[in-house]
Amino acid sequence: MSTKRVESTEAANSIIDQLRKEHECELMFHQSGGCCDGSAPMCFEVGDFMIGSRDVKMGEIHGCEFFMSPEQFEYMQGTHLTIDIVKGRGSSFSLEIPLGLRFIAISRLYTDEEYKNLEPIEID
Amino acid sequence: MAYTKPEFKAQYENFIGGEWIAPVDGKYFEASSPIDGKVMTKVAQSNKKDIALAVEAGYKGFETWGKTSVTERSRVLNAIADKLEENLEKLALAETWDNGKAIRETINADLPLTIDHFRYFASVIRAESGTVSDLDANTVSQEVHEPLGVVGQIIPWNFPILMAAWKLAPAIAAGNCVVLKPAEQTPISILIMMEVIADVLPAGVINIVNGFGPEAGKPLALHPDLKKIGFTGETTTGKLIMQYASENIIPVTLELGGKSPNVFMESIMDKDDAFFDKAIEGLVLFAFNQGEVCTCPSRALIQESIYEPFMARVLERIKAIKRGNPLDTECMMGAQASNDQYEKILHYIDIGTAEGAELLIGGNKEEVAEYPDGCFIQPTIFKGNNKMRIFQEEIFGPVLSVATFKDIDEAIEIANDTIYGLGAGVWTRDVHEMQKLTRSIEAGRVWANCYHAYPSHASFGGYKKSGIGRETHMMMLNNYRHTKNILTSYDENALGFF
Repeated sequence: MSTKRVESTEAANSIIDQLRKEHECELMFHQSGGCCDGSAPMCFEVGDFMIGSRDVKMGEIHGCEFFMSPEQFEYMQGTHLTIDIVKGRGSSFSLEIPLGLRFIAISRLYTDEEYKNLEPIEID
Repeated sequence: MAYTKPEFKAQYENFIGGEWIAPVDGKYFEASSPIDGKVMTKVAQSNKKDIALAVEAGYKGFETWGKTSVTERSRVLNAIADKLEENLEKLALAETWDNGKAIRETINADLPLTIDHFRYFASVIRAESGTVSDLDANTVSQEVHEPLGVVGQIIPWNFPILMAAWKLAPAIAAGNCVVLKPAEQTPISILIMMEVIADVLPAGVINIVNGFGPEAGKPLALHPDLKKIGFTGETTTGKLIMQYASENIIPVTLELGGKSPNVFMESIMDKDDAFFDKAIEGLVLFAFNQGEVCTCPSRALIQESIYEPFMARVLERIKAIKRGNPLDTECMMGAQASNDQYEKILHYIDIGTAEGAELLIGGNKEEVAEYPDGCFIQPTIFKGNNKMRIFQEEIFGPVLSVATFKDIDEAIEIANDTIYGLGAGVWTRDVHEMQKLTRSIEAGRVWANCYHAYPSHASFGGYKKSGIGRETHMMMLNNYRHTKNILTSYDENALGFF
């Protein structure tokens, strides 16, 4: 079985469900970079955030597509991401922020075995 | 000496149309200090309705402010600066408690730079002109400036008052009115600034609305009457802001961070003199503002011939950094701005270790006796290579990644191997190296034999993914106004076409 590049915790999944219900929509994620609230996975209504034509789809978490920019993928592809949810205050437009929560990406290096069996990625 | 914790009101409203207005839906969120981890007050949790009120109040203010003479606008900006100066200590203390940074910095950097920024824009608008060209004997072309109207600004939490000033001063100097949304992590100090300047500011010129990104930031960026949006923050929200701006076809200014290289050539160690001492400090400046600076010199590139002796001196200097209570005027490093930021930085330290980077110093949280629940982190240095994530991602904390290079060409190659291009530092005694490095590094601001200076009248902004537009210079006035061309013919005769 191939190795998933991004997965989510049960706690994150339950918040995804809560946000789906509250906003009555399907959701997606985009990994941010840069200053301030950078390095955070951000959750938007499908169609609100315009996915870049070259953005890389890392996989799906709890039914939500997860993307990052190709430039970020370049140096993040060696680490597996687990999307979790924690208490906190963010200043992004991500939908969980008003709940006093934040999605975070926990990284770990792949094992050699996992790295050989990574899920394929479509890149233009 | 150590200051005592400042007093805050139990609750803060929005500042709209010159008055303190409760949020329409009556909701508030808690604001806490990263110094003691405790709730300090409550702040308006605004939404679309409050944004609509603020934009409307902005246009009411604009009816007058947009037509106010530059003489009068300049007077108002100077009056704001004077008020801030009279209240410097009070504002510095509020800023320190809201953000966590050391009082030494807010007193000596954040507030003085803020004050100067208003004075700078008060000055330059008095001394500039449009242009007039004689296109032929009877045709005159005039280029005149006109303000845009009401503009939106969404600012970050790392220098809440100063970043507000960077955007507010040019916008209002150019004759616009502003709706500004502070960051959720630091919503308070700007409101205290507004309390201080409210009586010298015409109603509606500056409107402050607090709230969360998806609830208040998004409707601000999407408001159909907004004429421009300025944002400082991270890349995903930056893209969203551009996307929203495309809906109304309005201009954007974006500042989205960096991973700034700080290059040290071997000639810095030719002598053990004052300049070498300055270069050591130049590296240690990664710890300035706890690393929460978009231009943090977070990648030190050191010529390999001097790596060992230079790093030995650097580590000595880092050990001498006074940490602890941010309210103590001796303290050089305060708390990270939020618990989230604190957790994120510690996670990056784990990533660096996992990637095999060599930890040279720090690498842990900092225990501060007075504030056991505060968000303090030790200044940390990793040695590694530029392909590691800690070299490519903006950690926004006191974590430095160090790599060595053989020669100047390799230094340039590593310096430019990043998706960002905001700041860079170059340290050398050789003028030829200086010219080559400063011109070859792709960044909007290159500090040559200095770092972390932010004077007015030196432009600031990014290359590459670091953003669009410039700040801190009079050229920014044109980011906040139209150019109107008036083309006049003094010829009495018809064209003869029809």
